[in-house]
Amino acid sequence: MHRFRVFFAGAVWTAVFAFFVLAYLPHRQLSAVVPIDALQPYSAAELAGRQVYIGLGCLYCHSQQVRDPLFGTDQQRGWGRASYPEDYRYDFPHLLGTMRTGPDLLNIGVRQPSRAWHYTHLYEPRALVPGSLMPSFRFLFAVKDRAAPGDEVVSVPAGYAPPGKVVVALPEARQLVDYLLSLKRDYPRADARQMQSGH
Amino acid sequence: MSSTAVPTPVVYEDSPSAEVRIAERIEADRSTRGPVLLFFHSAVVWLIVGSIFGLIASLKFQFPDWLTGEAWLTFGRVRTAHLNAVAYGWTSMALIGTAIWMIPRLVRAPLFAPSLAMVSAWGWNLFMVLGLTAVLSGWSDGMEWLEIPRPIDIIVALSGGLMALSVLITVARRKTRHFYVSVWYVLAAMVWFPIIFVTANLPLFGGVEEAAVNWWYGHNALGLWITPMSLGAAYFFIPKVLGRPIHSYNLSLVGFWALAFFYSLNGHHHLIGGPLPTWVITTSITASVMMVIPVAATAVNFHNTMVGRFDALRHSPTLRFVVIGSMIYTVVSVQGSIEALRSFNRVVHFTQYTVGHAHLGVYGFAGFILFGSYYFILPRLCDWEWPSGTLIRVHFWTAFSGIVIYAGALCIGGWLQGQAMLDASRPFMDSVNITKPYLLARTIGGSLMVVSHLVFAYHYWLMVNRKGKPRYEPAWSDRRSYAMQPRPTT
Repeated sequence: MHRFRVFFAGAVWTAVFAFFVLAYLPHRQLSAVVPIDALQPYSAAELAGRQVYIGLGCLYCHSQQVRDPLFGTDQQRGWGRASYPEDYRYDFPHLLGTMRTGPDLLNIGVRQPSRAWHYTHLYEPRALVPGSLMPSFRFLFAVKDRAAPGDEVVSVPAGYAPPGKVVVALPEARQLVDYLLSLKRDYPRADARQMQSGH
Repeated sequence: MSSTAVPTPVVYEDSPSAEVRIAERIEADRSTRGPVLLFFHSAVVWLIVGSIFGLIASLKFQFPDWLTGEAWLTFGRVRTAHLNAVAYGWTSMALIGTAIWMIPRLVRAPLFAPSLAMVSAWGWNLFMVLGLTAVLSGWSDGMEWLEIPRPIDIIVALSGGLMALSVLITVARRKTRHFYVSVWYVLAAMVWFPIIFVTANLPLFGGVEEAAVNWWYGHNALGLWITPMSLGAAYFFIPKVLGRPIHSYNLSLVGFWALAFFYSLNGHHHLIGGPLPTWVITTSITASVMMVIPVAATAVNFHNTMVGRFDALRHSPTLRFVVIGSMIYTVVSVQGSIEALRSFNRVVHFTQYTVGHAHLGVYGFAGFILFGSYYFILPRLCDWEWPSGTLIRVHFWTAFSGIVIYAGALCIGGWLQGQAMLDASRPFMDSVNITKPYLLARTIGGSLMVVSHLVFAYHYWLMVNRKGKPRYEPAWSDRRSYAMQPRPTT
């Protein structure tokens, strides 16, 4: 090759064309999707918890997308109905994820609504799930001699508890659990055919 | 640029005398020496930093309660620091160093404004320091491959832009009429990287539309940046070391444009099964399968260039690393095409298989080609031979066995993990427990890779400080003195 400008234009064109096909066209199509009233924006605490989730890198082991029953067994595992673009209306940034070292979390608020369970699980995952590979997030908790009024005390099974002390949730842990409990996409979909047909 | 911007008419002369060529080469190397060494030094530092983070992340699968007292050492941050350090620190900086060393030699013009390249290298390092600090302290944009926060991204966008400008002007001032395959790949990648990086960081969309932008970028960081830069180096070093031309110009042409067109559309195979319109995912699957065209073109081209001279792999560390890297490119690309098929993808999509595949690509392909580049370029910039053939052999064999164990273990373990996850009658924990022996094997493979990097970094330090005895032939060939043997005439 020796025609510099033709080469240059060709190279730029391929990148722009790919953006047009893979990003702009889906954007144009999806902006026509009708929002669902049942899905409410995140509260301030939930959004703060979402930032904790991002900052700790939860997304590298947990997806937030439920595959169609024809394609995977996500629904049979109790992870919820297949997810649609409408379910992510308030997600900035998206947290679809690409790994399932741990289970999908799009409906963890439905599946596991107990705050106490989440606190214990975050403090020491193996106390509740033997063999789990999830790191313990001890730094989200404080160990005190006795709980102050307003503290959320974590119930830690014997053997994992610091003797004679109480474990209380720090604000980051509370926000993170607020966010996890808000993950509920169990409402019905407005028009189930709109996306499946692909246009 | 418009034609009026060219100040003087360019005289093309494609066959200068040997004396002229050598004088030009010396001048080219002189112009690039500073920035190339700065990029190379920095890349080695980021390689070591990234390797240590990678090893910590891997060990956390064996010891999930290890280093859990501080937020910055949690898995999600250490893993992300690893990815960014090796992708943007080691791989990208070493690729740029290799590229700016090759281009002036190939276009027979000294690097335009080497100080621009120096500024670019320092900017890139600033981006790495600030970016890794941000990620480790929990400040992240939250998208894979785009974690480093947007304000810090501006630094690397400017650095990349400066670099591209310097290279583009160098090529515009070329004395050759044609430009060689390596120049196509490097030029295109240097134009592509700023485009994709800046566009992906614009906060235009949210929700699944942002996922679309995320993976348009995520895969193009490989397809339009790391891969073309690495292939450019392979197209340079294989014919250079062998002293014979590349097999087919037309195959190179097919390989380049097919890569540009198909690879740029690959990204959404990371979203198979996800909540996006079916057509857009199918587009990416189709493009992923079509990748066999540029991959086969490149593989045939390299093979036919090598054929009859595979014995040279024993005698040239550059050729050994580059050719093994190119072979891994073929393997990992075919693997990627298969992985994009829905029937295969539904098993491996959310598993360690993907991690094995990614490492085989970025490390086994790009990383190996970069090691080969270092072994070729440094003696010419330092005017010194590599001090020890043994260290090069140890580096090669630990790196090679490391990546084979790493990728092999994760591909098998990931497949079993996916099978367990797809069987709804088995509890989810089955899919976790089944991967454990393979994750241990990954740590062993990863440790070998870290050992190879420490050996390489030590040898690199000896090299740039010109330690050891002066040599008149490469240390690598001490035992066989290949240069003295009669060559086959074919």
